Amino acid sequence: MNMNRRQLLKSGGNASLLAVLMGAGLLKPGFAFAAEWNKPAFGATDLAGAIKGMGGNEPAPSTEISFTAPDIAENGAVVPVSITSKIANTQSISVFVEKNPNPLTAVFDIAEGTEPSVTTRVKMGQTSNVYALVKADGKFYSAVKEVKVTLGGCGG
Amino acid sequence: MADPMKIRAAMTDDVVEVKVLMSHPMETGQRKGADGNAVPAHFIQQVTATCNGKTVMSAQWGASVSKNPFLSFKFKGAAKGDKVIVTWVDSKADTRTDEGVIA
Repeated sequence: MNMNRRQLLKSGGNASLLAVLMGAGLLKPGFAFAAEWNKPAFGATDLAGAIKGMGGNEPAPSTEISFTAPDIAENGAVVPVSITSKIANTQSISVFVEKNPNPLTAVFDIAEGTEPSVTTRVKMGQTSNVYALVKADGKFYSAVKEVKVTLGGCGG
Repeated sequence: MADPMKIRAAMTDDVVEVKVLMSHPMETGQRKGADGNAVPAHFIQQVTATCNGKTVMSAQWGASVSKNPFLSFKFKGAAKGDKVIVTWVDSKADTRTDEGVIA
């Protein structure tokens, strides 16, 4: 949504079309879904901004988070990451790739009865620190790992 | 409408492990196509999984989740034969819902 709109703006002359679309409610952000997509956090271009968008400040490093990612990723387009939190009352787990254009990659809300353990695959543009951010009892904890990328996953 | 998701749910003791493979281009909006113009962003923004009417996982994603996203998570409180229903919504407001049976 964010990028689409920017491109529309960039292409110029389309500004009026954008206004019409917005007026018609076609480009209205958000859907009737569980939670609103956190646009400020996902749109942030630096790590601090993204964490701030999540409502966090300085996360405390924690050894209670087990974070598995490869040391060297041959293909930055598919980097498997696996995060398990042993912190009590884990509410959400997020993944940040520091040097991506938008560091925030994914936020997983952990419901009651769900184990605080997720696995997914992310894209990385270049060698970067990858952060796992865990929210538990309203506090933020983090774990970090550097992943070296030999072939970037963004751009082409 | 996008291609169906592949959903596997397996029960070990009382923990259900769910693995979901979605079919989605996950365009970031940064990549340039053959014509030199940037390919518009198109990616999954929200994913929700429910079992027996209870939300067991909800996630918000950015564009830097890999193409054809894979997701795995674990939860308790279900029985064999129950259905896990997964829904995603992308940045073009496309949506898809699929279900898997816990084995």
